[in-house]
Amino acid sequence: MTAKSVLLDHGSGGVASRNLIEEIFLPRLDNPILSQFEDSAILQSGSTRLAFTTDSYVVDPIFFPGGDIGKLAIHGTINDLAMQGASPIGLSLALILEEGFALAELERLADSIGEAAKQSGVPVVTGDTKVVPRGKADKIFITTSGVGIVPDKLILGSGLARPGDIVLLSGTIGDHGVTIMAARAGLSIQSTIRSDTAPLHRLVAALLREAPGSIRCLRDPTRGGVATVLSEIAVKSGVRIDINEKNLPIRPGVETACEMLGLDPLYLANEGKCIAIVDPAHGAALLAAMRATKEGRDAVVLGSVAETDTAPHSSGGRVIMKTVIGGTRIVGPLSGEPLPRIC
Amino acid sequence: MLSEQLTEGFRDRELAEKLTGRIREAATGPLRIMEVCGTHTMAIFRHGIRSLLPGEVELISGPGCPVCVTSGGDIDQIIDLASVPGVILATFGDLVRVPGSKGKNLAEVRAAGARVEIVYSPADALKIAESTDRLVVFPAIGFETTIPVIAATVLEARQKKLGNFMFLVSHKVVPPALDALLADPELAIDGLLCPGHVSAIIGAQAYQPIAEQFHIPCVIAGFEPIDILSAIYRLVCQVREGRAEVENTYGRVVTTNGNARARKMIEAVFEPCDADWRGLGTIPGSGLALRDEFRAHDAGKYFALNPISVPEPKGCRCGEILTGKVKPPQCPLFNTRCTPTSPVGPCMVSSEGTCAAYSKYGLS
Repeated sequence: MTAKSVLLDHGSGGVASRNLIEEIFLPRLDNPILSQFEDSAILQSGSTRLAFTTDSYVVDPIFFPGGDIGKLAIHGTINDLAMQGASPIGLSLALILEEGFALAELERLADSIGEAAKQSGVPVVTGDTKVVPRGKADKIFITTSGVGIVPDKLILGSGLARPGDIVLLSGTIGDHGVTIMAARAGLSIQSTIRSDTAPLHRLVAALLREAPGSIRCLRDPTRGGVATVLSEIAVKSGVRIDINEKNLPIRPGVETACEMLGLDPLYLANEGKCIAIVDPAHGAALLAAMRATKEGRDAVVLGSVAETDTAPHSSGGRVIMKTVIGGTRIVGPLSGEPLPRIC
Repeated sequence: MLSEQLTEGFRDRELAEKLTGRIREAATGPLRIMEVCGTHTMAIFRHGIRSLLPGEVELISGPGCPVCVTSGGDIDQIIDLASVPGVILATFGDLVRVPGSKGKNLAEVRAAGARVEIVYSPADALKIAESTDRLVVFPAIGFETTIPVIAATVLEARQKKLGNFMFLVSHKVVPPALDALLADPELAIDGLLCPGHVSAIIGAQAYQPIAEQFHIPCVIAGFEPIDILSAIYRLVCQVREGRAEVENTYGRVVTTNGNARARKMIEAVFEPCDADWRGLGTIPGSGLALRDEFRAHDAGKYFALNPISVPEPKGCRCGEILTGKVKPPQCPLFNTRCTPTSPVGPCMVSSEGTCAAYSKYGLS
């Protein structure tokens, strides 16, 4: 790592974040569970397999069209559990509050957190609050952890994609990321876009009921977006993933905002979407199961998995996109915080 | 929606196939086309246009990314100003990761305590100045596309008597740079794919002297794939027929004479000066400086800054890449010491930089 201090890029969810973890933490904390790099860790206790995860939320603005930092904190942790196929059973909620933060806003967030937990059917079972002097935090930072139960014998992983598999995407992309960027930029387009924050455990349960043995991998494309998640799967599985730009579901408002800000929706965060790599034999049934849920009604087949075509000594897996006009391009992982450009 | 109206028909696959077929027929020998504009470079990569073209047609990326051509000295001055106590540097996002010659970029000086705010327009920087007593400095970088908006903001700052709002100007204009580029005997280019947005301001006629003097076909294009493919087709036809004319395929935005009102505003606020371009050196009359009557908003004058010259990072070939002489993979630093996460040269930093595009889209 060339930087001498922590930069915002290190929190982008892309290559810089990964370098930070691999160079600073992994050598010091290394163990077989952590090094899996999955959304949740799987812990075995007797015959029970538990999924365990934690995540911090520092979004600005804290209220945005379609949600707020509280809802994100509940949904995000539920989703990290769900991506390992786990059924969430309880969450923790830890708050760092800045001196001077309006209690009315805190109450509004607490209402939202309560509602999100209730609607998800996953209770907040423990918590903590700390207050720091004005200026030492920005209004409110939230950390949630979660525990869930993983069905017997179910093994999902980013390294399990095989040639022939198909790639499902549960709905439109870029909604959350562009909503936050547009809110920060004060774009008038804001009224037509909203965050997609949603819990995905019911969608995952529907997939598991349909064909549990046919699901290789589930991932929620949050920071770094669909491009980064697919690149990780391709590299870890040593496969080529072919996607079709024509099949990418993007809302018109999101597309407009992306054109205006010079952003690529493939790299924007989603907070209620899931990518599933599945056995083609049950692809149609799993797509139908996704579409039958509220969160997955706009689900599509995004592409398929093929043998890697790179030479053995190169980095291996990669993602190739067929563009709308019939060209091809490589889709790499996000390298730093997406920045709006000059012209 | 806006975007659908703007792009409808311009991303049509059948039309793209027809055009590539025609290009294939028309391209009888090898030819090199330079796209001058960074937004074209990105669009070409994003839509996979290279993968559709016949092997004879080679696209070379030119000096059209504003961040990339900003000299190392100018970048150092921006970073130094950000570190001055009491200053808020309000900047477009692309500048944040550009490394200065002393190994620091704006992200790092921000991490060390400097106030660096990313804004989406100079009007946002003006708003910051209105809300604080601190000195707000906006690095004014960019070509004819960006300059009118900056000029309007300078006028607004003067009208509002915002004494704490200043501009550090390193604007550049395109035509003198094309002159300098084409006068280079080492450059072998058969046609110019001319920028859309810049041309909306300067007009299609601005390329007439270049086309005549250097006998080079110039075709102005929009940024959608069909726009770009149509322009490439016209260029290939001109080369085959031995013509060197200015053609405008972006008539829905670009007129023959351009936007006179915007140019008048630029002239009211700025005057021509010599400018130092990365990769091209000093080009007479290719830059813009604030006129003396706006000296109250001129950070260069306020801090008594003189142009500084810094050597290129060791091993970095951005200069040759910007002039189309070499391609990124020919640079020894490309994807080794110089990556999008940790860029050495400017072409890797900007999202529109040629090296960033090659790296992101995995071309080697």
